[in-house]
Amino acid sequence: MTDNCYHCGLPIPSGADFSVEIEGAPRAMCCAGCQAVAQAIVANRLADYYRHRDALPESPREALPLELQELGLFDHPEVQKNFVRPVGEHEREAALILEGITCAACVWLNEAHIARQPGVTAVDINYATRRARVRWDERQIRLSQILEAIAAIGYRAHPYDVMRSEQLAQKERRAALWRLFVAGFGMMQVMMYAIPVYMAGEGEMTADIEQLMRWASFVLTLPVVLYSAAPFFVSAWRDLKLGRVGMDVPVALGVGAAFAASTWATLTAAGAVYFDSVTMFVFFLLSGRYLEMMARQKAVRGIEELARAIPAFCTRLPRYPAMDVERIPVAEVGVGDTVLAKPGETIPVDGTVLSGESSADESLLTGESRPVAKVAGDAVVGGSVNVASPLVLRVDRVGEGTRLATIQRLMERAAAEKPRMVEMADRIAGRFVVTLLLLAAVTAIVWWNIDAARALWVFVAVLVVSCPCALSLATPAALTVATGAMTRHGVLVTRGHAIETLARATHIVFDKTGTLTEGRPRVTAALALGQVELIEAWALVAALEAASEHPIGRALRDSAVVGVAPEPSQGIPPHITFAPPGATELVARTGRGVEGRCGGLLLRIGTPAYVAELHAAAEPAEAAGWAAEGATVVALGDAAGWIALFRLEDTPRPGAAAAVAALRAQGLAISMLSGDSPGAVARMAAGLGIGDARGAMTPEDKHAAIKALQDGGAVVAMVGDGVNDAPVLAQAHVSIAMGSGTELARSQADVVLLSDDPIHLTEGVTVARRTLRVIRQNLVWAFVYNVSAIPLAMAGWITPWMAGIGMSASSLLVVMNALRLQGQRGK
Amino acid sequence: MDILYLLIPLSIVLVFLIGAGFWWSLKSGQFDDLDGPGYRILMDDDRVRAEDGQDASLPENPPK
Repeated sequence: MTDNCYHCGLPIPSGADFSVEIEGAPRAMCCAGCQAVAQAIVANRLADYYRHRDALPESPREALPLELQELGLFDHPEVQKNFVRPVGEHEREAALILEGITCAACVWLNEAHIARQPGVTAVDINYATRRARVRWDERQIRLSQILEAIAAIGYRAHPYDVMRSEQLAQKERRAALWRLFVAGFGMMQVMMYAIPVYMAGEGEMTADIEQLMRWASFVLTLPVVLYSAAPFFVSAWRDLKLGRVGMDVPVALGVGAAFAASTWATLTAAGAVYFDSVTMFVFFLLSGRYLEMMARQKAVRGIEELARAIPAFCTRLPRYPAMDVERIPVAEVGVGDTVLAKPGETIPVDGTVLSGESSADESLLTGESRPVAKVAGDAVVGGSVNVASPLVLRVDRVGEGTRLATIQRLMERAAAEKPRMVEMADRIAGRFVVTLLLLAAVTAIVWWNIDAARALWVFVAVLVVSCPCALSLATPAALTVATGAMTRHGVLVTRGHAIETLARATHIVFDKTGTLTEGRPRVTAALALGQVELIEAWALVAALEAASEHPIGRALRDSAVVGVAPEPSQGIPPHITFAPPGATELVARTGRGVEGRCGGLLLRIGTPAYVAELHAAAEPAEAAGWAAEGATVVALGDAAGWIALFRLEDTPRPGAAAAVAALRAQGLAISMLSGDSPGAVARMAAGLGIGDARGAMTPEDKHAAIKALQDGGAVVAMVGDGVNDAPVLAQAHVSIAMGSGTELARSQADVVLLSDDPIHLTEGVTVARRTLRVIRQNLVWAFVYNVSAIPLAMAGWITPWMAGIGMSASSLLVVMNALRLQGQRGK
Repeated sequence: MDILYLLIPLSIVLVFLIGAGFWWSLKSGQFDDLDGPGYRILMDDDRVRAEDGQDASLPENPPK
C-alpha cells in the first residue's frame, strides 16, 4: 500500500506529499482531493469506513469551485419545486441520486455523515438503487449544505425528480414481486391438495373428498392464472393481433389449455386435474422474468445517471449585447431571455439564434445524425447539442421537460434498440414456435386416435416443454446482466449492439486528446512576436477563447485569466489581471482554430497554418522548433502578421501506459490518431508504447483512416472525446467516449467510460468477451434441450408438470448462467 | 374425514389472509431494499464501539 493512495488506491505521483493520520498511523494519499476527503471522514469519527469497505471509492475529482458554487443554486425555490417536498411546516424532503457508491461501507459512511449534519432529521439510503431520501429542517440547514457535506467525503449527490422513472420502476418491481408471490404461494398450496391424491392408493380416498381437493385447488389456481399469468395472455394476444407468433403464445396456450381442461374435469367430476402443473409452470416462468427485470432495471439506472450529467444550469447573458454571463438554473430561464450555448453544450431551451454561426446536432430528437447548420434567425430545439461555435439565443419556449425529455430519449433508445443477436434469436424463436404449434397439433391428432383420454395432456406437455423461452432469454439475459456488470466497472453501455461489437473488436483507436492524456494541455511557454506586449496578447486570447470548450482553448483561457506559467522565466508575468475586451463574430473551425473580431481587428488563433492564411507571413522559427520537440503550437495573429505564439503540452493519464499494455495483452491492435502535431503525437506514443500513431489528422483524415482499417476487415473500437470526434465515432463499429468528454460525444457514443480511466476499458473488453461466450453456451443449451425434449413429449413420456419443470429449469439455467457475468465485482 | 370439509376451506381462507399480509408488507416498501438492512446492522454496532460510547447524535460542524 506504500505506493498507492490509502483512500482511492491510485498510484501516488512522485513528489506528492499528502498524508492523513487514520487509525493511529499516517497514511499517504495521492492528491489534495483524497486528503481532504479522508480528513473529513476522520474528523467526523467515521474512520471505521476504511475497515469495512470491500471496494475502493472513486477518486474524488479535485473539488471544482464552480461546481460547489453551483450547489448554492439548489437552494432556489424555483429549482427545488421539482424535487423537494414539504413535510410539515419547516421540514423538507428531497430524493438524491448518490454517485460514487462502490460498497456497503459507502452507504454506511454517507448515512452516518448526513445524519450528523445539524438540522437533518432523517436519512435513508437504498443500497440497491443508490438513491437517498433526506429530510431536513429548513431553519437549521440548507439543501446545498447537505450536498456540500456529501461532497466533502468524496461522493456526489444530485437531487432528482422522484416522480418519474424511479416511481415507475418501483411500481413495476412491486407488481412483479406480487405476481411472483401469488404464483409461488398458490403453487405450494395447490401442491398440498394434489399430493394426497397422488399418494392415496386405490380406494383409499372417497370421491367426494377428492372432489373437495379439486375445488380447493381450483379456487387457488384461479388467481394464479387470472392475475399472475395475465402478462403472458396479454402479450400473446398482442402478438396474435399483430400477426406474429411470439414465445408467449405457446405459454398462454399451454396454461390456458391445461387450466380449461382441469376446470372442466372439476366441474364434471371426471378426468384428471393438473392445477399443480399450471401453478408451478407459471411460478417458474415468473421467477425467470423477475430476475431478468431486476437485471434490466439495474442497467437502466446507470443510463439515467448518465443522462443526469446534462446540466440543470445554463449561461444567461442578462445585459446582452454585453457579454457578461451568469450561471442560472434552466428552470429559471424565462421567455425572452438571452442565453449563451457554448460548443459541445446541450441547448437548454427552444429558441432563436441571435448571433453566432454554428451547427446543431438534433439526432436525439429527429434521428438525423448530420448536424444542422444554424445562423442568426434560425430556430434551435432544446435538447439538441451545439456543435461548432458559441451561439447566442433568444429563449422562445421553456419547459421543465427539456432535461427530462432527454433522459427519457436516452433511456428509450437503449431499451428500444434491439441488438442484432436478440433480433436473430427472436426470429429463430418465432419460426420455432410456428413449427412447434404444428408439431403439437399433429401430436394431438395422432394421440387422439391412439388414446383419446391422453391426447390433451400430451398436447399440453409438448407445448410447455418445448416453449422456446430459453432460446429467447439466452441473449437478452446475458446482455442485460453484462450491461449492469460493466456499469459497475465504470463502463456504461448505451447501445444494444455495443457489447457484442466490443467483444469482437480487433482494433482500438485512441484519439489522443483527453483519452490517453489528461485532456488538459497546459501552456508551458508564451512568446510575443513584436506587434504588442505579451500582456495584451493574453487579453486577446481571453477574448477569443471566452466561450471555447476545446481543451486547448480552455487551457489558453485559464492561463490568460490568471496568466500563470510554470516557468515565468520564459516571458510570462506570474499574475495578470485585466478586463478582457469582448470579441464578436466568433467562429470556431474544427481542428484549426477560432476567428473573431476584437476592437475592430480581425484576429485568428489556432494552428500556425490557419493563422498564416490571414497574412501569409512566414512561420516564425520558434513554431517549427516547438513542434519538432513534440509540443502543440498555437499562434495568434491578425492581417498584419504574427502577434504571439503559445506552446502547450499534455501529460498522459496515470494509468494510460498500463491500459495500453493490458489491451495489447488481450490481443487488440492499438492505434492513435490525433489532430495534434506529429512530433507531439510521436513522443506521446513512444511513452505509452503505441506503435501506430499518426498526428496532424483532421476529422476527415481520421474518418478515412478508420474506414481503411475497416476495409481491411478490422472491427474498430474508437475511443474519442471531443466535439470534432463525433463523425469519427459514428464511423467506428463501436464508439467509446470519456465520461468527462463533451456531451455530444457522450450522447452519441455506444459506450461511455464513466471513470475516465482507460484501464476500465480492458475490464469492459473482458466482460464483453465473457458475455459472448455465455451467450453461445446459452444458445447451445437451449437448442440441445428443445431438440431432445420434444420427441420425448411427443412420445407421451412427459406429463405436463414434468414439462413445466423442464421448461422453467432450462430458462432458469440460462438466466443463472447469465448471472455469472455479474460476479467478480471490481476490487 | 368430515373434518376436512372444515379444514380445507379454512386453509384457503388462511392462504388469502397470508396473501393480504404479504400485500401489505409489499405496499409499505419492505421489499424495496433487500441488501441494505443486512449491512446496516453490522455497521452500526461497530460505530458505537469505535466512538467509545460517545453520543452518536452529538452535533458536528460540517467540514468545509
